Amino acid sequence: MPRREDLNTILVIGSGPIVIGQACEFDYSGTQACKALREDGYRVVLVNSNPATIMTDPETADRTYIEPMTVDAVEKIIEAEKPDAVLPTIGGQTALNLAMSLDAEGILERHQVELIGADSRAIQKAENREEFRSAMGKIGLRVPASGVAHTLEEARSIVASTGIPAIIRPSFTMGGAGGSICYRDEDFDELVAWALDQSPTTECLIEQSVLGWKEYELEVMRDKADNVVVICSIENFDAMGVHTGDSITVAPAQTLTDREYQEMRDAAIAIMREIGVETGGSNVQFGVDPKDGSLIVIEMNPRVSRSSALASKATGFPIAKIAAKLAVGYSLDEVSNDITRETPASFEPTIDYVVTKIPRFTFEKFPLADSVLTTQMKSVGEVMAIGRTFKESLQKAIRSLEIDHAGLESPALPGGEEGEAKLAESVEVPRPDRPWAVAESLRRGMSVEDVYRQSSIDPWFLRRVEEIVRAEADLRGADSEAREHWLREAKEMGFSDRRLAALWQVEEGEVRALRERLGVRPVYKRVDTCGAEFQAHTPYLYSTYEQECESEPTNARKIMILGGGPNRIGQGIEFDYCCVHAVFALREAGFETIMVNCNPETVSTDYDTSDRLYFEPLTLEDVLEIVDKEKPEGLIVQFGGQTPLKLAVPLAEAGAPILGTSPDAIDRAEDRERFDEMLETLGLERPAGAVARSAPEAEVIAEEIGYPVLVRPSYVLGGRAMQIVRDQSALRDYMRFAVQASPEHPVLVDRFLADAIEVDVDAICDGERVVVGGIMEHIEEAGVHSGDSACSLPPYSLSRSVTEEIVQATRKLALELGVRGLMNVQFAVKDGRLFVIEVNPRASRTVPFVSKAIGRPLAKLAALVMAGKTLDELGFTEEIIPSHYSVKEAVFPFVKFPGVDTLLGPEMKSTGEVMGIDSEFGRAFAKAQIQAGNSLPSSGTVLVSVRRSDQEQVVEPIRVLSELGFDILATRGTGRVLEEAGLSVQYLNKAHEGSGNTVEEIEKGSVQLVINTVESEPESIKDSFSMRRAALQRGIPYSTTLAAARASAAAIRALSEQSIGVRSLQEIHSRIEGTPEG
Amino acid sequence: MSSGAFLQLGSRGRTARRPALLVLADGTVYRGSAFGAESVQSGEVIFNTSMTGYQEIVTDPSYAGQIVTMTYTQIGNVGVNPEDEESRRPFLSGFVIKELFEEPSNWRAEGSLDDYLRDHAIPGISGIDTRSLVRRIRDHGAQVGVLSTDPERQDEAELVALARRTPGLDGRDLVSEVTCTEAYEWVEGLWAGVDGQVPRASRPEASLHVVAYDFGVKKNILRLLVEQGFRVTVVPATTSADSVLALNPDGVFLSNGPGDPAAVEGVREAVRSLAQTKPLFGICLGHQILGLSLGGETRKLKFGHHGANQPGQDLSTGKVAICAENHGYAVDKDSLDRAGEPVEVTHVNLNDGTVEGLAHLEKPLFSVQYHPEASPGPHDASYFFQRFRQMVERHAAGKPVTGASIARGQAD
Repeated sequence: MPRREDLNTILVIGSGPIVIGQACEFDYSGTQACKALREDGYRVVLVNSNPATIMTDPETADRTYIEPMTVDAVEKIIEAEKPDAVLPTIGGQTALNLAMSLDAEGILERHQVELIGADSRAIQKAENREEFRSAMGKIGLRVPASGVAHTLEEARSIVASTGIPAIIRPSFTMGGAGGSICYRDEDFDELVAWALDQSPTTECLIEQSVLGWKEYELEVMRDKADNVVVICSIENFDAMGVHTGDSITVAPAQTLTDREYQEMRDAAIAIMREIGVETGGSNVQFGVDPKDGSLIVIEMNPRVSRSSALASKATGFPIAKIAAKLAVGYSLDEVSNDITRETPASFEPTIDYVVTKIPRFTFEKFPLADSVLTTQMKSVGEVMAIGRTFKESLQKAIRSLEIDHAGLESPALPGGEEGEAKLAESVEVPRPDRPWAVAESLRRGMSVEDVYRQSSIDPWFLRRVEEIVRAEADLRGADSEAREHWLREAKEMGFSDRRLAALWQVEEGEVRALRERLGVRPVYKRVDTCGAEFQAHTPYLYSTYEQECESEPTNARKIMILGGGPNRIGQGIEFDYCCVHAVFALREAGFETIMVNCNPETVSTDYDTSDRLYFEPLTLEDVLEIVDKEKPEGLIVQFGGQTPLKLAVPLAEAGAPILGTSPDAIDRAEDRERFDEMLETLGLERPAGAVARSAPEAEVIAEEIGYPVLVRPSYVLGGRAMQIVRDQSALRDYMRFAVQASPEHPVLVDRFLADAIEVDVDAICDGERVVVGGIMEHIEEAGVHSGDSACSLPPYSLSRSVTEEIVQATRKLALELGVRGLMNVQFAVKDGRLFVIEVNPRASRTVPFVSKAIGRPLAKLAALVMAGKTLDELGFTEEIIPSHYSVKEAVFPFVKFPGVDTLLGPEMKSTGEVMGIDSEFGRAFAKAQIQAGNSLPSSGTVLVSVRRSDQEQVVEPIRVLSELGFDILATRGTGRVLEEAGLSVQYLNKAHEGSGNTVEEIEKGSVQLVINTVESEPESIKDSFSMRRAALQRGIPYSTTLAAARASAAAIRALSEQSIGVRSLQEIHSRIEGTPEG
Repeated sequence: MSSGAFLQLGSRGRTARRPALLVLADGTVYRGSAFGAESVQSGEVIFNTSMTGYQEIVTDPSYAGQIVTMTYTQIGNVGVNPEDEESRRPFLSGFVIKELFEEPSNWRAEGSLDDYLRDHAIPGISGIDTRSLVRRIRDHGAQVGVLSTDPERQDEAELVALARRTPGLDGRDLVSEVTCTEAYEWVEGLWAGVDGQVPRASRPEASLHVVAYDFGVKKNILRLLVEQGFRVTVVPATTSADSVLALNPDGVFLSNGPGDPAAVEGVREAVRSLAQTKPLFGICLGHQILGLSLGGETRKLKFGHHGANQPGQDLSTGKVAICAENHGYAVDKDSLDRAGEPVEVTHVNLNDGTVEGLAHLEKPLFSVQYHPEASPGPHDASYFFQRFRQMVERHAAGKPVTGASIARGQAD
C-alpha cells in the first residue's frame, strides 16, 4: 500500500516540556517523524511548547507553533493551518491525551481532521484500565487480578482473592499520589483508607502484586497490511515492582528459551491486533513468573515511547521514522532499511551485542524525597552502553552515568553488624545504589541464590556481577606479570582504566600506558540491525576489545563533537540541542562530523544526525581512544554542558585539538581567584566574596562580607549544593553536612544580593567581535537558580542604560577571555548597580530559547566561529532585539516526589522548560504559565499568605485580581495589610492553627490560585509546607515569589482583555527579519 | 606464576582454559576456549542470526556437516531441557560462540549446554571475534573449516591443510546420516506452553493419515502435523513410493534435512511417483526435492539464510511473515520454467528475492523453503500446516484441489 495521496497537511503533536517520565526521547522521535513526513512531500505543522528541542527548530517543520498544548490553542492552529490529519503517536502521553481531548470535544470532526497512527478507539482501549482488561480477556491473555473499591469493605473482599502484597492505586490523582504497595495484612486497612481519602472520587484499585516476577518489554510495529514485527525484546535487571523507566534494562532478553519468547511475541502481536493499533509502534510489557513461566500482561502503550527510543538506538531500527511512514499508508516492505540499504524494513532486527540501559537519578537535589524505587518513575535521564557481552556493556554503562563510579566499587558502609545489616537492606530494597550493594554482597561471599532470594534479580545477571567481582579479586592481587597477562581479558570484561588503576593502586595514566605498550586497544564494531548478515552503510559504532575493527576512518576534514551524557537536572536537552546544531552547521560547512555520546534519548545519538556516531561513555579513556582512531582536526567540548567541559583540560594535555575557547580561558572563568583578577582589570564589580578551603575560613569570610551569604562548591552545574545561608550556625551546618571543603574542593562564599534582579546573557565572540544573542531578565529575584526562574527576552523592566551597561560588560569579558564561540554571563542588578555573578565560556541552557526568540541559530553560528569563520562572514554582527516578548518558564518534578517542598532556591530543581511568545509581556507570561501546567484562572478565589516583608508589595497584584472579580482568602497578617489597603478579605487559619485552615480550603476545591511566600526560617517553611503540597496535588497554580505573583496578576489581566492567539515561529521570525531592530 | 600457566581471570585459581582452534580453508585462524567434546571436526562454517533457541539449532539435523556460528554473543543462558530438542541428538559438526554460560537460569533448564554437547561428542569454541568470522563468511561465502578442541592438535598449518582436503557440501548425501532407520508412528502434539499465553486452537479429530519422509525431520514439524489432526507415520528417506502407498496415506510430507538436495539418493524418483496420486507438502530440503522431482534445479547460495528474522512474502496476499530460515541451497525458478512444469512461485525472501515457496497449478502439491514450524523462530508462517490439512481434506473428499488453489485461498 503506497503513500496516501489524500493527505496534504499533517499536524504533529509534540510532547511539551521535559518531565520525569517524558523526556527528550520525544524530541528524537518527533524530529524523526517530521523529517520522514517532509521527505515524503507532506506539509508538516507542529505544535510543541518546548523550545529546547530540535523538533521546534523552524527548519524541522513547515509551520512550528511553540504554543500552549491546550485544546483551545490547538483548535486555533487547526483553524489556521487546516491539516488533513493529526499524528498523535510520537509525542508521548501528552500528545495522546491532547488528541483524545480534541476528539472528545468534537474538534477533529468539526474540522474534518483524521487521527492517523492510532484512532481514538484504539487509544481508549489501551489506556482505559477496564477496557484494556476486558480486551485482554477477549483474546485469552491475563492481566493482574484486580478490583475497584469505594469502601474499605469492598477493598477487603477484593484483596481476599488478589492477595497480599497488593498494589493500591487511587483513581484520578496526579502522579500516582496516594498509591502504595501493601506488604503486610495489618497495613492494608490504613493504606486503603489513605488511598480512598486521596481520591477525589473515593475510589481505588486493588491489584494483585506480581512483585519479584521477571519483567519484559517488546517493541512492536504494525502496518496497514497487518504485517507485524518485533523490533526489540528488553529484559529488566530489576524485577517487577520497579518502574521500567527506573530499572536497569538489557536488550535482547537474556533468560527466555525460544519457546517462551515466541509465546510472548504471539501475545504482543495478538494485543496489537485486538487493541486495534492500525499502524506504528507500540510497546507491550509483560511479567513472567520465574517459577513456571506464567505470563501476565502489564500494559501496552499505543505510541512510540521511551522504550522505543531505546530500542531504536539499541538495534539501529528507527521506530519513530518508520511509524510516521506507516501512518501515511506505506507498508513495512515498502520502506527500506537505511542501514543495509538493500533490505526492507519488514524484518526483525537481530543484534550481536548486548545493550544495557541504566537510569540516572538526581535524589541529591531532593534530600527529602524517598529514593526507594517503586511503581512511579523517579529517574530524570538514562545512559545506554553497547558491549559484545553483558559484563562489558554493564561496566561501560556504569562509567557512562557520571556519578563518580568507574565500576562496581565497594560502597562506603559502617563496619561490623551495622554495615552487614545496611548492606542486606540495600540489596533487598531497590534504590539507585543497589547494583553496588549487590556486588558488595557477592564480594563478601554471599551466594547468588541468597542474593536472588533477597533482590529477585535473576541469577543470570547476578552471576555476571559475581564474575566481575571475582575478576576484581584476581586483579587486585596480581603482580606485574599477571597484570600484563590479564589486561586484555579485563578490558574484554569491560573494566575501565580508572577501575583497573584503583585495583592496582596506580594512576589511570599508567594503565593507559601499559595498554598502549601491549597493544591492548579497543576496536569499533557497527550497529547494523542484522548481526553482520548484510553490509552496514551507516557508521554507527561502539567499542569493544576484539580482533577486527570496522570503524574505517576517512581522510576527510573532520570535527568531533562531545555530547552531554545522561540528562539530569541542570544538564538536559538544551545541551543536546546545541551539540546537534554544531553537527548540522559543520556538516553544512563541509566537515565530516563525529558525535560521541551515551544518551539514548537524544537526537544527537540518531545515526542520521552526524556523519559518524560513536555510542560511547564520555570518559577521558573512551574519548581519547576515539580521538586516536579518528584523528579529527578539532574537538568541540563546549556544547554538551559540564560533561565534556570537564574533559577539556585532560584532553588538551593528552594532545587532543580542542576547538574554540581555550581550556585555559575556561579555567580562568571557573577559577575564582583568576576570575576576580580579571574582573578587577576590567573594572567590573561582583558581589563581595572569597574562596574558602576549610570550614573556619568560610566563617571568617562570611563575617567579613556580612550575612546572608551564598555558598556553593566550585565547579558545579545546576546549582548543586548551593545555598543561601543567613547566619553562622546555618553556615556551620552547611559546611558540616552539605559539602566537605578542602584545598582540592574549595567552597565559594559570596554576599547574597537580596531582591536583586538577575539577568542572563548569551553572546558569541569570534575573538574580534562580540554579538549579544539575547538579554534575559529573570522574573524571580536573585536567590532562585537561573534554571528555575522564569525570564523574559527582551527584558521587561530594565532601563535602557542598564541593558547598555550589560552589553558593554559582556563585550569586555568575552574579549578578555578570548572567547571563540558561545559565552553565557549572569548578572545581578541591585539598586541600579550591575554585578557579575558568573561567566561561562560555553553553550548555556538558554541557547535554544534565545535562538528561537531572535530567529538566529546561535549554536550553529558559534560552531562555525569555532571552526574558523568570523561573525562578519556569517552575517551576524548586531544584537537582535525582537519587538515581541518571549517568556521562558521552568517545569518542576515536585508532584513525583511526595514530601518535597515546592519552594525555589539556589539549587536547580526543574526538569524542563516552556516558551510563551506574544506581542505583550503579560500574555507571553500567561502562555508560558499555561504551558508549564499552571493554568491561570480567569475568575474565582485567590489564597494569599506572604511573609512580612512582602505584605506591602503584594497589595498591588491582589488589587488587580480583586478588580478582575477574584475573591480573596488570606492568613491573618497578610489579610490585615490587604484590608488596610481597602480590599475585602476573608480570613483563614494557617495549616498548623487548626480547622478552617488553608489546606482544608484548597482540598475542598474552593481555591483557584495560591500566592505564598515564606520567611527563610525552617519553622515557617514547615508551617506552610502542607499548603503548597495541597496546591500542587490539586493542580492549582501557585506563586512562591512576589515577582511571580505580580507577573501572574498581570497575565490574568492580559488574558481577560484578549484571549490567546497563536502564531507560528516562521511567521514571527519573518517579522524580525523584515524589520531589523538591532 | 610462569607465563602460559595463567588461569582464567575471575576463576580464582579454579579453571584453566582449554584451548580451541578454528581454522578456515582460506587460512583464517581463530584461537579461543574449548567447550563441549574434545574432538577435531570439519564442516562448512555458516552463521545463524537467531537470538533465542540455540538448543533447537544445535539439535536441528539440517546442520549435519556444518559448523554453526551464533551471531548473538550470550549463549547457554537458559541451559538445555528435553522438550526443546528437535531430534534424537545433535548432528552438527561444531558450535562457535562468543561467550558461554555454564550455569543456566531458566525454570525449564535441566542441564548445561556444555555438558550436553560433551555428552553428544560435539566440540565447541568460545571467546572468539564471532562478528569478524560472520563478516568473512558474508563477504567470501561459506567455506570449509576445522574446529579442534583436542589439546594435542592445535597446530594451525595442520588444521588448515585438513580443511583444504575436506570436501564441501556439494554432492554429499548427508540425509542418509540423519534419517531414521525404521518407520514409526508420531503422536506428540505441541508443547503445552505457559500459563497466560495466547490460547491455542483446538485440534481436529485425527481422521487423516500422513506419511512423513524423514530427511532429518524436526520434531516440531511432526508436532504441528499432529496438531492439524493428522495420524503421522514417519518413514526413512530410502522408503520407496510403493512402500509409502502401501501405508495408504491421505497425504505425504517431505521433511527438512541437511546438505545438497541434488545428492540425496533415490528420493527424487519416489517423490515424482507419489506426486502423481497424493497431495504433497514439503519443507526446506523437502521443498528442494519437490522442485528437483518436478524437473527443476537447485543452486547453492553464497552463505545461505540461517536465522529467525527473515522476511518471507506471500505473493498471493502481499503479507510478510517473519520466518525461520535455514538453507544453503535454493530452487532455481528459471530451471522450473525450462522444465515446463506448471508451477508458480508463491513466496519469496524479500532480502534477496530467493524462491521460498512453490505451488503446482494442476496437482495438489506445494512446498516452502523456510520453516513454518519455526522452533526456533516466530510462529507467523504456521498457516502452511492448515493449508496442508485443507489440501489433504479436499483431496480425500474427492474435491478438486491444487497446490496453487490452496496457496491462493481458493479452496473453499
